This record gives sequence, C-alpha cells and structure tokens, in this order.
Amino acid sequence: MAGGIKKFVVGSFSDEAVLFPAVKNVRKAGYKIHDVYTPFPVHGLDHAIGLRETSLHTAGFIYAITGTTTALSFMSWVFTKDWPLNIGGKPHFALPAWIPITFELTVLFSAVGMVLTFCYLCQLSPFVKKHHFHPRATDDLFVMAIECTDKTNDAEVQSFLEKAGAKEINIQVAETGWWIGRYDREQKLYREEKGY
Amino acid sequence: MNSQFELPGSYKKWTVGLIVAGLLALIYGIVMFHPFAPVAHEGHGEFSSSTRFWAVLLQNSVYWLLVVNAAMFFICVTTMAMGGWQVALRRVPEAISSVVPILGIITFLVLMTIVWTGRTDIYHWLDKSAVAHDKILNGKSGFLNPTFYTIWSAICIVMWWLLGRKMRTLSLETDKNGQMDYETGKKWIWKNTVWASLYTVFFGLSVASTAPWLWLMSIDAHWYSTMYSWYTFASSFVSGMSLIALFVIFLKNRGRLEYVTEEHLHDVGKFMFAFSVFWTYLWFSQYMLIWYSNQPEETKYFIERIGTAGNPGPYKGIFFFNLIVNFLCPLLILMKRGVKRNWTMVSVMAVLIIFGHWIDFYQMVMPGTVKQHAEMMPFEFGIAALFIGLIMWGVGKYLTKHPLVAKNHPFLKESIIHHT
Repeated sequence: MAGGIKKFVVGSFSDEAVLFPAVKNVRKAGYKIHDVYTPFPVHGLDHAIGLRETSLHTAGFIYAITGTTTALSFMSWVFTKDWPLNIGGKPHFALPAWIPITFELTVLFSAVGMVLTFCYLCQLSPFVKKHHFHPRATDDLFVMAIECTDKTNDAEVQSFLEKAGAKEINIQVAETGWWIGRYDREQKLYREEKGY
Repeated sequence: MNSQFELPGSYKKWTVGLIVAGLLALIYGIVMFHPFAPVAHEGHGEFSSSTRFWAVLLQNSVYWLLVVNAAMFFICVTTMAMGGWQVALRRVPEAISSVVPILGIITFLVLMTIVWTGRTDIYHWLDKSAVAHDKILNGKSGFLNPTFYTIWSAICIVMWWLLGRKMRTLSLETDKNGQMDYETGKKWIWKNTVWASLYTVFFGLSVASTAPWLWLMSIDAHWYSTMYSWYTFASSFVSGMSLIALFVIFLKNRGRLEYVTEEHLHDVGKFMFAFSVFWTYLWFSQYMLIWYSNQPEETKYFIERIGTAGNPGPYKGIFFFNLIVNFLCPLLILMKRGVKRNWTMVSVMAVLIIFGHWIDFYQMVMPGTVKQHAEMMPFEFGIAALFIGLIMWGVGKYLTKHPLVAKNHPFLKESIIHHT
C-alpha cells in the first residue's frame, strides 16, 4: 500500500532486441527505470536493469534449516520422552530412521516458504491489485516505465524514448503500491475510485 | 590466441615429478612387500605385506580409471540431453577420457595378476576349496569365477576405449571439415547422439552395475548391496567433474579457452554440488536399507568399517571423515552461487572432492583385504601420485595435439552465449 502516487513516462517496445539497447541507453542517460514489464521472462534483463541479486535463496536456506530443526527436535522428543516405543529392538534415539523424514521436512519447509516469500516479494495474492501500465504487457509488448522526479523533463524523456525505438509513449500518474480489489469486477481507475 | 596450446614448464616438471615419485613408491613396494611371493596363508583376510601392495594397486587403478572414464560419460549425457553449454570446454573432458586406454591396460594387468596368481587374500572367491563348502559363494560362482571375471573386465575396458575413441574422432573430424551448414550439422548431431547413447548404455551395463560388483564388491564376497554400483558410480562421476573443473581452470589461467566464462564454471560447479549430494543419498541408503530391514548377516560390511560398540576398529575415523569431506563440505561450501562462480574456490573444492573420493575407495577396498593392518603411508600416496602423473601426462599430450575449442561444433554459439 505504501507506494504513493507517482508520475511515469511509459514507453512500449515491440521487440526484445530493441528493448535491451534502450534499457542500456536510458540508464546511461541517468533516468530512473521504475520497472520493465515483459510478456515472458527475458534472459539477462534483470542484470541490464541493474536489479540487485535476489536474496530469495538465503530465505530458502533459513526455511530449510528451520525444517531440519523442527523434524529432528520433534521426533526426538516424541520417541525418547513423550511416547517411547520399542520398534524392532532399535534404540529409541534411532537417527538413521529419521533422516528421510528430516529430509522431507527440510524440502517442504524450504519449498513452501520460498513460494510464499516469492509471492510476497512480487505482491502476488488473490484480491491484491496493482496498477497496470499497459494491458498488452501480458501479451506482446515490452513496457518500460520511467519514474519522473522533480527535475525530470517529461518532453525530453518522451523524445528520448522515441529515439530509442519505443512504439507507444505516454505519461501516467499512478499508484505504485498495491491495494485490495477484484479483477472480475469492472475496473475503475484507482484515482477515480479514490477521487484524485 | 589460435596457436596450438603448449604446456608450461611447471606442468611438465610436475608430471615427471609425480611419475618418478610414483615409480619410486612402486619399486619400494616391490622390494619391501614381495608382491609376487606365493600367498602365505590360504584364506581371505590372512594378512601378509603383499596383500597391502595389491590392495593399494587395486584401489588406485580402479579409482583413477573410473574417474577418467566419467569424463566421457559427462560428454555423452550432455550430448544426449542436447546440452550445448559444454561445447566451449568440451575438449577438456575429451582429453581426460583419452587416458582411458593407458589406465585401462594398467588396471587390467593389476586385475589379471590378482585373479590368475590366485590372490585369495584379496578375493576370497578365488579359493576353490572354500567355495565348494560355502553355500553362498557356491551360488555366486557362476558370476564370480576367474574366466568370467577376465572376459567381462576385458570387454568393459575395451568398450570404454573404443566407444570413447569414436566420440573423440567424431569431435576432431569437425575441425578439419570446416563450418557445417544446417543439413550437415543436423546429420552430425544425429550421428554424435547415436554414439553417445551407445556409450551411455554400455556405461550403465558396466560402471553402473557389473564392473564395481566384480572389481570391488566381490572383495566382501558374502555380502552384497544393490546400491553399491550406483554408489561407486556417483563417487567416480563427482570426481570426474572435479577433474574437468581443475583442467578447465588450469587452461583458463593460461589464457586459453576464451569462450569459457563464469557461467560454464557455475554449471560445472552445480554438477559437483549435485552429485556430492547424490553420493550421500546412496552412501546413506546403503546403510539404512540394511539397518532398517534388520538384516544381521549384511551388517558385516559396516562392522568391518565402523566396528562395534566399544571396539571401533581402524577405519572408523576414515569412514566418518569421508562423510565430512564428501558431503558436508561440498553441501555447505558449494551451496552459494558466488562460490560456484569463483575460480579459486571451485579449484579448492575440486581437489578436496577428488581426495575425498580417493579416501572413499580406500575404505571400500582396505577393510576386506588388509583388515586391521591399514596404514596410510607414503606408499599409498606414492601410488596415487603415479596415477595422477599418468593422467597429467596423457591429458597434456591430447591438449597440445588438438585445438582447444571445437570451433565447428553446431552448438558452439549456444555455448558462447550461455547464461545460467
């Protein structure tokens, strides 16, 4: 929710091969790229935009360690303290027998945790809405949104994008955060809804 | 940049040094351990110093042969998976696999001497009178007998050599014939894939099943494990990947292999990581299947290694050291992305893994042969040095004779722009 209203110059590109040099030039010129929306994952684009390495795998490691600890501590408590059973004459603390379960819980915690973290980071969830800069970004257009600061000259950015090969250029004022809403109802612009 | 690669002087010095050190160790062994004297006591595990000599030779020859052979397996599986990324470094595994005939002949000589001089201290099943009175060994005698052993060992080594040579020839042909057009390229890929699959099928029949049964598992002739061959395969494959990584890094340090980047190193590192974990899976499963299903007669193998409560035995340290070096270290160190893309860290880990799996083979061979008399002395390391020297010599020879980049391989571009 905490995004706030910002002004963007939005350029749409029809080709990946045009997009890459455009991203490079825009960054070189010192404009601030808010994000680039593509119909499919584009290899190396994250690197080109200058996004930092994701720390999703670190989170995954922590979830995995949590899973390992949970499994081992729970099983050792159950089989040695809470309800010791003689199973085939094996010791109560039967570590080898627990390894498969420990492994499974490690994977389960790691997988579920990472999916949820991923959804959180991407702000993906039912009923969570975000502003779409161009509906065709999910179809066949590569959409680049440049954030305007106080010093940015809109006209200059527009002509810059045009030179870089953008097919469609417009200026949008949009909410950058998310809000609760539903996609199956007719969409009203957030600004109209809120009366901006 | 395109001139033929020449070995630096230090490489040659190391090669000669290792081979000389190894030969000295071998001569020392022949003088001190009387390897050709008749077996003193009839029976398995009756220790004489010649047992140690043959056990060490068996361990080293089989280990290093399987490691160099794994390099060709790597080429073949990536070829079959239509993996283009390996083309930039493909000549390195090819060079490593070109050592297979040399090590194959040595291994074959060692195996034949053990079997045909009737070394019952290594293979209990060679003892005819014991087999006749032993129900288990008698039941296995159709498989475990000198004739079958000889024939199948010969077939394995010759087939690895011939099929591997075919793969190398196919690759070297492309250098002469120039850039391929679409149709020729397609035909070449098809041919390459067919030979790669033949190699892989035979590899499955030999390394992944019968060869380790015959050569290593039959040391503990009464015991068997269905995991054993996979376990041996995983060991040799992860060491093979490490060896490939070491040679790639060596060439990269000499300013060669211009198309190989961190991306390729990352993928080799992933193989090292993944197969270390795979090895552990088999290491553990082999133990667990016996432990969990209450098979006291199969615990013999582990009692020899970790001993019993209160009586640990000489191999307990090695047994668990093995797990630390081959599982915990690769798991925790190679897990991070940055490490797999770091040339220094990957080379350190590669050396560690190769050493770790050498130890692994040590504890596969020794408990059943030299029993309580295990010694980790210069002789053991000297023989290992001999094999390392031979590998360095063979690989160096191949690398200086052929171009380092398969420049007309249809997938080369895919490898150049490879991105993980």
